[in-house]
Amino acid sequence: MRMTAPVRFRDVTLGYDRHPAVHHLSGEISSGALVAVVGPNGAGKSTLLRGIAGILKPLAGCIETGGLDLRDIAYLPQTVDVDRSFPISVYDFVGTGLWRRVGLFGGMGRAVRDRIAQALAAVGLNGFENRAIGTLSGGQMQRMLFARVLLQDARLIVLDEPFNAIDAKTSADLVALLRRWHAEKRTVLAALHDMDLVRANFPETLLLARGPVAWGLTSDVLNVENLAEARRMCEAFDDSAAACAVDDLPSQAA
Amino acid sequence: MNAAATIYAALIAPFTEFEFMRRALAAVVALALGGAPIGVFLMLRRMSLVGDAMAHAILPGAAIGFLLSGLNLFAMTTGGLIAGFSVAILAGVVARSTGLKEDASLATFYLVSLALGVTIVSIKGTNIDLLHVLFGNILAMDDATLLVIASNATITLIVLAVIYRPLVIESVDPVFLRTVSRAGAPSHLAFLALVVINLVSGFQALGTLLAVGLMILPAGIARFWSRDLTAMICIAVASAFVSGYAGLVLSFQTKVPSGPAIILVSATLYVASVLFGTVGGLIRQMFPGRHLEA
Repeated sequence: MRMTAPVRFRDVTLGYDRHPAVHHLSGEISSGALVAVVGPNGAGKSTLLRGIAGILKPLAGCIETGGLDLRDIAYLPQTVDVDRSFPISVYDFVGTGLWRRVGLFGGMGRAVRDRIAQALAAVGLNGFENRAIGTLSGGQMQRMLFARVLLQDARLIVLDEPFNAIDAKTSADLVALLRRWHAEKRTVLAALHDMDLVRANFPETLLLARGPVAWGLTSDVLNVENLAEARRMCEAFDDSAAACAVDDLPSQAA
Repeated sequence: MNAAATIYAALIAPFTEFEFMRRALAAVVALALGGAPIGVFLMLRRMSLVGDAMAHAILPGAAIGFLLSGLNLFAMTTGGLIAGFSVAILAGVVARSTGLKEDASLATFYLVSLALGVTIVSIKGTNIDLLHVLFGNILAMDDATLLVIASNATITLIVLAVIYRPLVIESVDPVFLRTVSRAGAPSHLAFLALVVINLVSGFQALGTLLAVGLMILPAGIARFWSRDLTAMICIAVASAFVSGYAGLVLSFQTKVPSGPAIILVSATLYVASVLFGTVGGLIRQMFPGRHLEA
């Protein structure tokens, strides 16, 4: 796997209708890092990940992905907008992860079929190939989505709360997959709420509460003071908020 | 007269004896090939009523064609195509660039279009012309119109083959497609364009009010017989063809107008599918058999 430039945030502000959800974030994620993004609900975790995946354009500042093409980024949203009633099999659905390789007309040859079979085996879904996606349980669904991420073969993997409502066995299996991606020197970002899981598996953590509260080694970031400060963050948008004036002030630490 | 002769006289003779019936049959084949697959996607994308709305949207264009050159199907088709594309693209662009849902923006367009279309036809034509526009006339296919319908079916199948993968992915998981490809918007618009050209075809045969009939009913039928997309498309095409053929025969033998006859046959197949379908049919649900071991 080729080393790639890091992801860099340059004073980035992301939000909706001019209201910031992530406010003035600067910093960088080095290539091959395994980073947890934690913070209370409404802290801007999903917004940040959407920004990185290129689905949301920043209100100000920019996110540099170091020359990564859109297709080098695999993004798994929190509430996946999958139409589960659509008649498509698990095999075909997972196969869409190979879009980059097969595109509009590429054949599904032996090599491609082997890769799909391997991906299904890696997430423990052997035997589910011909099942319609609507028949899967929540955990099986998440395994299937991970199999698709696996096939995307992306250098930057962005996962938004991938272990919500997932049982211990399944999340352990999927965490193993995360560690494998990390070992393959892919950059992995995941928004998470389970602090024990973060402490056990993620070397680096970004604690977010609209703005960054702390960012660095997980053991340094996840202390009582930082978490308390993150919880104090005000969640509601202020409808009458004035335009942000930070840009006019002398440079301040983000 | 023996039985074979009776069957021949009822089912085949109308087509061997009358050219207009052969032309109608050719039109039905083309409509089934093009419209039914589009109908399946409309249904799966929960856009069935969008198709109906769009069918009304082509009316003003067809009416202007009628105003300029009378009951010339080719002129009406061209007008319908222009109007349909304008509305499809406008509605698609409005839905993509604002928060307004596609069905809402289309609903506005279609109400205005229907009112406008009926007004334009009434300016020049008679009530018979109006009936013709509203319910079509598959028994009056001229060469040019038949050619348009056949071309539309060909274009549909080719374009559908090109956009098939992005269209399926966009239907299942639109956010995923947005993150891996820029093919989403073009294939969505291409799909809307296919809806329009098939509606224009259907408009000639079945009229503006029933144009979606040979798209949506076969798709609904297919849903009760298969869980597989490819099979659903094949079943939809087959049932559209059967409806068209049986509808023509029914119309020939009983003087029921051809458009409604085709749709009524299709509706009969639909009711049978709702009752007896192997996928979610009512009878199957009422008597599901003993539960399985695993």
